[in-house]
Amino acid sequence: MAKFKMHLLICGGTGCNASQSQEIAQNLKNGLKDKGLENEVQVILTGCFGFCEKGPIVKVMPDNTFYTEVKPEDAREIIEEHVVKGRKVTRLLYVDPENKQQVADSKHMGFYKKQLRIALRNCGFIDPENIEEYISEDGYSALAKCLGEMKPEEVVKEIKLSGLRGRGGGGFPTGLKWEIAAGNHADQKYVVCNADEGDPGAFMDRSILEGDPHSVIEAMAINGYAIGATKGLVYIRAEYPLAIKRLLTALEQARTFGLLGKDIFGSGFDFDIELRYGAGAFVCGEETALIHSMEGMRGEPTFKPPFPAQEGYNKKPTNVNNVETYANIPIIINKGAEWFNKIGTEKSKGTKVFALAGQINNVGLIEVPMGITLREIIYEIGGGIKDGRQFKAVQTGGPSGGCLTSAHLDTPIDYDNLIAVGSMMGSGGMVVMDETSCMVAIAKFYLEFTVEESCGKCSPCRIGNKRLYEILEKITKGNGTMEDLDNLANLSRVIKDTALCGLGQTSPNPVLSTIENFYDEYVEHIKDKKCRAGVCKSLMQYVVDPVACVGCTACARNCPVNAIQGEKKMPHVISTELCIKCGACIEKCKFGAISIQ
Amino acid sequence: MTQIKSLADLKAIKQSIQAKIETREKGNAEGLVHVRVAMATCGIAAGAKTIMDYMMAETDKRGMNVVFTQTGCMGYCHAEPTIEVTLPGKEPIVFGYVDTKKADEIIEKYIKDGELVDGIIPVNYETINK
Ligand SMILES: Cc1cc2nc3c(=O)[nH]c(=O)nc-3n(C[C@H](O)[C@H](O)[C@H](O)COP(=O)(O)O)c2cc1C
Ligand code: SF4
Ligand code: SF4
Ligand code: SF4
Ligand code: FES
Ligand code: FES
Repeated sequence: MAKFKMHLLICGGTGCNASQSQEIAQNLKNGLKDKGLENEVQVILTGCFGFCEKGPIVKVMPDNTFYTEVKPEDAREIIEEHVVKGRKVTRLLYVDPENKQQVADSKHMGFYKKQLRIALRNCGFIDPENIEEYISEDGYSALAKCLGEMKPEEVVKEIKLSGLRGRGGGGFPTGLKWEIAAGNHADQKYVVCNADEGDPGAFMDRSILEGDPHSVIEAMAINGYAIGATKGLVYIRAEYPLAIKRLLTALEQARTFGLLGKDIFGSGFDFDIELRYGAGAFVCGEETALIHSMEGMRGEPTFKPPFPAQEGYNKKPTNVNNVETYANIPIIINKGAEWFNKIGTEKSKGTKVFALAGQINNVGLIEVPMGITLREIIYEIGGGIKDGRQFKAVQTGGPSGGCLTSAHLDTPIDYDNLIAVGSMMGSGGMVVMDETSCMVAIAKFYLEFTVEESCGKCSPCRIGNKRLYEILEKITKGNGTMEDLDNLANLSRVIKDTALCGLGQTSPNPVLSTIENFYDEYVEHIKDKKCRAGVCKSLMQYVVDPVACVGCTACARNCPVNAIQGEKKMPHVISTELCIKCGACIEKCKFGAISIQ
Repeated sequence: MTQIKSLADLKAIKQSIQAKIETREKGNAEGLVHVRVAMATCGIAAGAKTIMDYMMAETDKRGMNVVFTQTGCMGYCHAEPTIEVTLPGKEPIVFGYVDTKKADEIIEKYIKDGELVDGIIPVNYETINK
């Protein structure tokens, strides 16, 4: 086979797919054919590059040119200029947010420099619909190694030694989990991959499944061998059509190649995987609820113990792991626990994938070594706060997590440090906020989510969270009292202690951590009736600056409730009692005399 | 499709599509020799494409790990075809009037042993392609 001189990698992740990456790929292919270059240049649709905000992405290899926001009609220029003449299409290059310079290749992008891609090693690099490309990146060799050279206990031991902890939120040591499941004997055991991914804004697991589905399949088979299970199930939300499609394709190919099914690698080990679709309830990501949902019952959590490893799916020992946890397994087996062990902090090994979002220049999917600081993530990978504003807080762990502040910018990020400062790793949501965010409103946002998603089975969560929400609502409306603030904190503690499942036990975290870190802001809302970020509408006041006002009467004539008084050519005044904060006057004033305070 | 029954079977598949994916892997690798071939209008006219094909095939045959990329006009139209060779940790060096004989010499002497050969052009340009 002739060697390809150049590769055009087009992102085929959900984000870029929605903005026409298929058409771009087709146009590139057609363009190459026109020039007779189809055997010299290869076009591949890959998984997510993590830079979805600026998608669709086209990356040229081996020179690592990184084109952003490519349109189907740009294909011709890429071929004629870059492919034929070797000239980069500069207008499509990524522009550094700091110095406004074009960056010629991804190795020089701040976004990628500090990243370390282990779980995402193949995302944006191989064609996820082609098992051979996975194999050429040493795919399935970890499974071969386990089946051919290692006893199940040795596999468990290797994972234990690696120090890998669950990436689905809890951070439970994966090797220990496998050991427990291996130790429980039964005629049938199950391996379950949790691909429910319910955190608002999270898309780590989706991207892995879309970009490298075989890594998860291979890991599940290894898991099955290690604990003595022959059946695997992936619980995936039905709203992930592309991930489901890629996963189904990958399963089909793995079966054709004999990498799933009977007698894998001639070792006598049988293993196969089925999909189960979830309707997308947050609580169904909790492992006991997930198992009930797979059994066709209501997706409600039950008390642990029994843990799934003792009594799980169909009452049989079941090992549940997260997608990202699985994506780490094959490479640990191949490179060894010791290699993995060297990355990260003392008690948190390896890397973590985060969905970086919020008021930051580079948003996207990132993978960083444990122990990296928030400062590195925000200012180096994230390219700093948008529009030169001030950093205020970072929310991690989604509805179960909390906020970190500028005091934590240099705290190494790992499971234990995050818990120590009142947040948690969670599954990997990371929302950066600047001074325009109101922390009371943020707490309210997450509580609203929890109230919506609570399954209602136990009262601390069902009723308690509702009360928390109501108190927050009261404070943002300007009707809060200092007593409310105490109640918030007390009720939060009660819910944490008494709720049945992880959802309720962690749901007050956003409240507690914002009270802890932004107490002043709560007090301002309550005592001064002020929202410094200008988010809580009820606390805003429209005022006329008597110096700037020329008395043109435009505002008064446009106020729907006649809240503005004043003589012609004299300064006008807004009555706070009557004003309904519609904003009409501000728009009408040509002299900029009206402001919100 | 025949079923995979051993590590050797996996390796065979890996081998068989290595040619397909190798160029991509090289882009990710660190510390490889990097050859840039000027492929603008005059370069192509002067035979740059033939030189690139030749060098790719030859380095491969000799088991050397070299990344080849194309670049635009380097500003030496008079000396085409031109190529720029960067050994790991060294400054790039540009060679002009490269024909297959010269290419062979560059591969054998400069790329393999870091020994300089004739035909070096003083570097006097800066491009975004860096
Ligand atoms: C309310 C709630 C939602 C959860 N959602 C998810 C999820 O979407 N994905 C996930 O992998 N784990 C989720 N978990 C954690 C699972 O219960 C379980 O711990 C995890 O899947 C175990 O895998 P790991 O050890 O590999 O992280 C959730 C837990 C709770 C309490
Ligand atoms: S804590 Fe909430 S989600 Fe969990 S069982 Fe109780 S009501 Fe349901
Ligand atoms: S905000 Fe609306 S209601 Fe209030 S003073 Fe202006 S126009 Fe009137
Ligand atoms: S529109 Fe502006 S300038 Fe005119 S009366 Fe109202 S506040 Fe004064
Ligand atoms: S979907 Fe294309 S970069 Fe993420
Ligand atoms: S076009 Fe080749 S050096 Fe100018």
